[in-house]
Amino acid sequence: MAGTLAEKVWDAHIVRRGTDGAPDLLYIDLHLVHEVTSPQAFEGLRLAGRPVRRPDLTIATEDHNTPTLDIDRPIADLTSRTQIQTLRNNAAEFGVRLHSLGDADQGIVHQVGPQLGLTMPGLTVVCGDSHTSTHGAFGALAFGIGTSEVEHVLATQTLPLAPFKTMAITVDGELPKGATSKDIILAIIAKIGTGGGQGYVLEYRGEAIRALSMEARMTICNMSIEAGARAGMIAPDETTFEYLQGRPHAPEGADWDAAVEYWRTLRSDDDAVFDTEVVLRASDLEPFVTWGTNPGQGLPLSSNVPVPSEIADENERVAAERALEYMGLEPGMALRDIAVDTVFIGSCTNGRIEDLRSVAKLVKGRTKADSLRVLVVPSSARVRLQAEAEGLDQIFLDFGAEWRNAGCSMCLGMNPDQLAPGERSASTSNRNFEGRQGKGGRTHLVSPLVAGATAIRGTLSSVADLGPDVEVPDGSPLEGAPAADARQSA
Amino acid sequence: MEKFSQHTGVGVPLRRSNVDTDQIIPAVYLKRVTRTGFEDALFAAWRGDPEFVLNQDAYRSGSVLVAGPDFGTGSSREHAVWALKDYGFRAVLSTRFADIFRGNSGKQGLLAAQVAQEDIELLWKVLEARPGTEVTVDLVAKQARAEDVVVPFEVDDYTRWRLMEGLDDIGLTLKHEGEITEFETTRASWRPLTLPAKHLPPVEVVAARPVLRHGDDALA
Repeated sequence: MAGTLAEKVWDAHIVRRGTDGAPDLLYIDLHLVHEVTSPQAFEGLRLAGRPVRRPDLTIATEDHNTPTLDIDRPIADLTSRTQIQTLRNNAAEFGVRLHSLGDADQGIVHQVGPQLGLTMPGLTVVCGDSHTSTHGAFGALAFGIGTSEVEHVLATQTLPLAPFKTMAITVDGELPKGATSKDIILAIIAKIGTGGGQGYVLEYRGEAIRALSMEARMTICNMSIEAGARAGMIAPDETTFEYLQGRPHAPEGADWDAAVEYWRTLRSDDDAVFDTEVVLRASDLEPFVTWGTNPGQGLPLSSNVPVPSEIADENERVAAERALEYMGLEPGMALRDIAVDTVFIGSCTNGRIEDLRSVAKLVKGRTKADSLRVLVVPSSARVRLQAEAEGLDQIFLDFGAEWRNAGCSMCLGMNPDQLAPGERSASTSNRNFEGRQGKGGRTHLVSPLVAGATAIRGTLSSVADLGPDVEVPDGSPLEGAPAADARQSA
Repeated sequence: MEKFSQHTGVGVPLRRSNVDTDQIIPAVYLKRVTRTGFEDALFAAWRGDPEFVLNQDAYRSGSVLVAGPDFGTGSSREHAVWALKDYGFRAVLSTRFADIFRGNSGKQGLLAAQVAQEDIELLWKVLEARPGTEVTVDLVAKQARAEDVVVPFEVDDYTRWRLMEGLDDIGLTLKHEGEITEFETTRASWRPLTLPAKHLPPVEVVAARPVLRHGDDALA
């Protein structure tokens, strides 16, 4: 029978098929763990006298709480320090591999999996973190889980799950210059809404998706959760295999050949039926920014802040009024006139080497606007090392930005990197919720290119606003930069 | 897990849509390593506002939350469910729930009941007209009742059964341990193992240091 990509991966992991409305029991190939959502799960195991069933399918890293300065000194915040120490104790007690602060393989969990070559097509991947959807870019079925489920996976390496519905999101055509994968996903969320994906696995397809690099695909899948979806997936192809081959945990020799042969079957059949289909034309897209307090409240940068009184739906109108009040914005003002105080470049959405390169190319030889601070936080220590090998750190420092150690940082402000009340950011992260980046902080979600242009001009800007002669940079290495493929060097 | 078949308690009207988990419990409260004691963190940012519904005496002891659509969106943090439960909530009624939140609720014995938006509006009217009105949430009949308003709700059958029986998922799964072990024997050799660990050579990671910004006093 014809099947979708998601159904094929699902079916390959059924340990026990549910009957009479009971869920299927699904095997989990890879379990990623971090310090925030795991302590209560390990405690549950301890109380029940249960071991971790498969430490060899489990890997932990420290990311949410970790400081991005002075990482060689004790963590100043006592509760953060306790939580990180708790993970270290639990990892030691239960035999789980852990990449700690200061280790070259430490970083945001959704960067660590792919860069080690642990994330592969056809896997089931879970983590106590909603942005686990990132790994779907490889054609894995990857989704965030709660702490009770973390405990369940630790104890059994399985999860009881009711099948998801499937939604095909086809992005046809070619992206215009200046628009990126971040703009694609922000436009999708604005179109289907923050609840539009509920109950679905989204499969992104079409020419514009095929043309994207692995890192750009990760950005899209990463934000599937912001549309309410459990997971986002992209069928693996040569781009995927090229990214994977040679990474530390990628299969080798006959295993590699067998894997690729299987991976090539992981695509939705031509006659597969999706529960819902959505189509976007890439050529219509332009740089997108959010104006409100959920990721669905986004618009092209060239437009104006909505006027709530013109919104027909009462719930939406009230939500828009509230959002504008919180964001301190006037209805109808041009989005381009919004001045920001902080530019944050980082997170599991846009803190990868290609993101850093594209911004570095844009800001090279320039000085940031006086009115703002710029924080650059690589998604992992390896990404930071690679960026330094390519000389990106010096470009950012010369620009006037701060160059930090790796972690989740200001995406969610669990460490000292926070917005002050009323402070406004242009952020390459994934959530513009009230208080997300610090109590009272105001967040505009943007692509790395918009972040870079905004850091130069001081107001929300695109590359085009820098002048007609400014080339739109891509994520390739800078001219003259030493070749620093993270697989071979660093 | 405690069995849940019916609960009656003060209904709290929360007229907001898209109540995300950062609103239910801000990230700064996620640093604790215990599973209880999160009641002070619930809606922490809003609790500072005297007008906020839970700051009004009639609703303070509420245990049935009646919220706008798309409740529990955003992060996977189960702390959101723990905070609601620790505060005293036993049920949340909304038109739509985020998937992970709904899953987490089911594991913790918090009922996430899906109610049509027009019925949410009816409940809001009763609860706002007469603050302190109790709502009965009946999992057997799949109904919520407040005074003369009776509205149906949806909850998936499996979650309903587990809530009513008070069953623990891990215990249920481990009954099938033999099947898990058998499945593991079929796992292809290309599928990854995290151990033994493989990675690029260790490299020293230099710590970033704070920079002085203009306006800062030197070494302040």
